[in-house]
Amino acid sequence: MALLEIEDLHVSFKTVDGVVHAVEGVSLSLDARKTLGVVGESGSGKSVTAQTILGLTRFPNATISGRILFDGHDLLTMSTEHLRDVRGARIAMIFQDPLSSLHPFFKVGHQIVEAIRAHEDVPRDLARKRTIEALSSVGIPSPEERFNSFPHEMSGGMRQRVMIAMALAMRPDILIADEPTTALDVTVQAQVLELIQALRDDFGTAVILITHDLGVVAQMADDVAVMYAGRVLEQTTRETLFTEPEHPYTWGLLQSIPRLDAPRTGRLNPIAGSPPSLINVPRGCTFHPRCPYAPPPAFETEPALTPSQPGHLVRCHLPIEERKRLWQSLQNEHPALR
Amino acid sequence: MAVAAERTPGAAVDENLLVVRDLVKYFPIRKGLLQREVARVHAVDGISFDVKRGETFGLVGESGCGKSTTARLITRLLMPTSGSVVYDGQDISTWPERKIRPLRRDVQMIFQDPYASLNPRRSIGTIIGEPLRLLGIGDRNERRTRVREVMERVGLNPEHFNRYPHEFSGGQRQRIGIARAVVLRPKLIVADEPVSALDVSIQAQVLNLLQELRDEMGLTLVFIAHDLSVVRHMCDRIAVMYLGKIVELASGDRLYDHPRHPYTGALLSAVPAPKASAGRGRQRVVLQGDVPSPVAPPPACRFHTRCWKAQPICSEVEPPLESKGPRDLAACHFPLTDGEVDALTERSAE
Repeated sequence: MALLEIEDLHVSFKTVDGVVHAVEGVSLSLDARKTLGVVGESGSGKSVTAQTILGLTRFPNATISGRILFDGHDLLTMSTEHLRDVRGARIAMIFQDPLSSLHPFFKVGHQIVEAIRAHEDVPRDLARKRTIEALSSVGIPSPEERFNSFPHEMSGGMRQRVMIAMALAMRPDILIADEPTTALDVTVQAQVLELIQALRDDFGTAVILITHDLGVVAQMADDVAVMYAGRVLEQTTRETLFTEPEHPYTWGLLQSIPRLDAPRTGRLNPIAGSPPSLINVPRGCTFHPRCPYAPPPAFETEPALTPSQPGHLVRCHLPIEERKRLWQSLQNEHPALR
Repeated sequence: MAVAAERTPGAAVDENLLVVRDLVKYFPIRKGLLQREVARVHAVDGISFDVKRGETFGLVGESGCGKSTTARLITRLLMPTSGSVVYDGQDISTWPERKIRPLRRDVQMIFQDPYASLNPRRSIGTIIGEPLRLLGIGDRNERRTRVREVMERVGLNPEHFNRYPHEFSGGQRQRIGIARAVVLRPKLIVADEPVSALDVSIQAQVLNLLQELRDEMGLTLVFIAHDLSVVRHMCDRIAVMYLGKIVELASGDRLYDHPRHPYTGALLSAVPAPKASAGRGRQRVVLQGDVPSPVAPPPACRFHTRCWKAQPICSEVEPPLESKGPRDLAACHFPLTDGEVDALTERSAE
């Protein structure tokens, strides 16, 4: 059985401009020790999905439906007090901007000690010892001294390590990482990704990795869900996503990025237009206004997320053979996609 | 004319539009009642490069390497501490503000954050037409026509002339920034991280637009970014910066095929490729630690504190930026060998 099971999740927010349909029928499952990559651009619903897992979207203007099963309990109906026991201890989360997740007035070591003591009845000196161990295991030099540092005294990469150390100290079952390296330089990103991999390998922590970067997904994930306008458009293994992607949006993303691993090309082949408003989501397939291949039904009815082969789900009206043929010809045209 | 008198001798018909020599910018850190200078941020610390007419020159590096300061020095938004910036044969590095103004017709800048660089209280027609108005070009109607033409060209609907920046998406706002930069038909555009705030599908649109405008208008482009794949896609020649210094300078393809400086090699190996075999079967250099503070940069080679090839000499003698292959420049005592390059790059894994 899956460790975490998201079933038909819907999240919408009432705003002055109208109802924002942030997540529309997302189902995902995460197995123990696995990394699930969730890829999408701004407004795809990837972060709202992640935040909803930990009850961080329980605002008065939010309407949430569906089920999120963890350890036999539905996290959506769980009381806030109960959820607090899960948060941090069983499911930890790290964010893009670690500065806003750390309290500016307290020493970082103190913040980790408090987090441990909030969930476990351990004496202060033991919690302190575990904190220093955690800080040292994420590669923070002289952890005893750094224990007494304030967040502003650290660099961005260092703060993200503190967040990972905090997660590590709790030995969670699941780590949700929401764009953990987006604000970091590429050499520091490599360090942080390596650390998340080590956390998974050493403690068997399952990871939900939310990112806009297909390269990060290719390096880290076992399975990948591609999200757009609050929906999953394609979901499969990492291998299949990069060798036999079937959704035109996935093709568009792959063609939009300049490549280091292929000869230079003259022009990129971007997706036309821009992402839709989540208040007025397009009728039919949400991607059809930007899709160069959209068949007539895509203008009227939304396609279902259906398997094209076992373990490969695609939300597209194009017939499977047509999709395979199109991908073939794209690969012939653009050697980088091979 | 004063301008003609200042032309550097022998540079009458130079193939270089921009010549930068020993450029230095220190920012003083002041403390205390007397605001005494207690330290200096060595933002740009002696860099030299040429930008040829019509070429796209890339500056790449991580945060704090001095690439944005360099952009502001060559457009003279900042005054250099020392060194020279020769634009079209004239040393503009010490020009006072009133002399700089006419230069804005030729030299324009595009910024990273299209939101912060657009005045929220002005309509986009006014914003795009502002450079024309400031330089007194054309009358009201001519300016209006010119702005509409430019809006159309960069992919904005000219009917949106009277709308305000908040009504536009990030990608469209960057098009506004580009329209404002090209409305004067400049010769040189310095683009500082123009696509790093954009989603990938929009980023590709904006990169294509920049390439099209460059080709149509014969622009010379200085393109600054932290994303190596974007820089390589756009640029003919690329300079890699680290802590205020240029550590390597080469043509785009050679830089990626044969990096000579260990820092360039580490940067390239840190970028995960978007494909199934990513990172498998290649040696990855994960640099240890953070970039040191530019207030007190390490002596001699600034990269020696993080370099896996460093020897004692690296902390004693600063390596000059010199030729390490046909026309390529690297500042390193122990440049990467071909074998090391193969191990670092993805190509060898295939």
